[in-house]
Amino acid sequence: MPPAKPLPLNFSVVDKKHWPLWEIFIRSRQGLSHRHVGSLHAADAEMAVENARDVYTRRQEGASIWVVPADSITASSPDERDLLFDPANDKVYRHPTFYDLPDEVKHM
Amino acid sequence: MEMDLLQHFDAYVAAEKKIEPKDWMPDAYRKTLVRQISQHAHSEIVGMLPEGNWISRAPSLKRKAILMAKVQDEAGHGLYLYSACETLGVERDDLIADLHSGKAKYSSIFNYPTLTWADMGAIGWLVDGAAIMNQVPLCKCSYGPYARAMVRVCKEESFHQRQGFQIMLTLANGTEEQKAMAQDALNRWWWPSLMMFGPPDDNSPNSAQSMAWNIKRFSNDELRQKFVDLTVPQAELLGLTLPDPDLTWNEETGHYDFGEIDWSEFQRVISGHGPCNKERLETRRNAWDNGAWVREAAQAHAEKRAARRDAAGETAAA
Ligand SMILES: [Fe+2]
Ligand SMILES: [Fe+2]
Repeated sequence: MPPAKPLPLNFSVVDKKHWPLWEIFIRSRQGLSHRHVGSLHAADAEMAVENARDVYTRRQEGASIWVVPADSITASSPDERDLLFDPANDKVYRHPTFYDLPDEVKHM
Repeated sequence: MEMDLLQHFDAYVAAEKKIEPKDWMPDAYRKTLVRQISQHAHSEIVGMLPEGNWISRAPSLKRKAILMAKVQDEAGHGLYLYSACETLGVERDDLIADLHSGKAKYSSIFNYPTLTWADMGAIGWLVDGAAIMNQVPLCKCSYGPYARAMVRVCKEESFHQRQGFQIMLTLANGTEEQKAMAQDALNRWWWPSLMMFGPPDDNSPNSAQSMAWNIKRFSNDELRQKFVDLTVPQAELLGLTLPDPDLTWNEETGHYDFGEIDWSEFQRVISGHGPCNKERLETRRNAWDNGAWVREAAQAHAEKRAARRDAAGETAAA
């Protein structure tokens, strides 16, 4: 992260006390899950919903909006990717293609 | 260790795989992206100003509604991009402070004035057209959040260019005076639009690294040539003349040859001495300063609402 720079003189102090970051999830239409579309800043959750409407659904891209404070999200670490996901790697028998069946068996 | 990481990173990116925010990345990659994405965001935001100039003077309600929608889209583009940039560990307020202090750059095209309504046509057609040419390859950029933001942006851009071309078409088919107005706008916006692709390849020091990292896909000159080849027939369709006496079809290369770009003008404008640099920055700084009370009030309101909710929660729990 670059070091903090002094702000030009005409900036008021309150500007450094910025609105928190919200992650935005949109359900594009009924029947589909909410999907992450990006983030925005807002003073509170209500304002985040209103802003998300203007920023991410100007062309009716949404039927429902979720806003989540960015710092409330716990993510797995990329460094642990192998540790987390590799154990599933050698369990090919979890996939239907693992099972060779006679051709006569259709639709299974 | 660092060397291993770097080799792994280079191979990974070269294999057309995507980098996501928490992944390890070389410092220079992060820095390049922060610079490019924030400049791009600033360009969208400052880019609202030349067109904002004509919203209140659009010739009809329909044109006014279209122009407002377009300018609002540009604000949206700026916000998608700031959001993408923040995933790299920078604060939005710092990015904006860099714009306002003059430390950060934005596209030099927005330092030209919009003198007539025809400029709204020329900007949509040429400036958004050039932007699309630059942005489409970025949809496949190696950094996931930037690529995804670009996909959204590109979906919205095509209306921008079409509405601009339609303004030009209407003027070009109008009275003699209207046609002259369209020609004048084209004369003024053509060369600055060609400059939007950046310095020529032999003078573009960071390009090779950006190409290797799959941030950049085509060189500045390649994109510029593509833009010229696409635009010449469109100008013919409008019945307007591109302001370049050297513009000729080259049978051998299958491309249009075009005249020398005045790179000294580009340097002048990018270093702060274009016709509107001062005005653009002043407008942005004033908007920020004059909006301070709104940000404060919203913050105070949010705190009050939270306190009230806490109090209600405590009573309910008691
Ligand atoms: Fe845009
Ligand atoms: Fe645009």
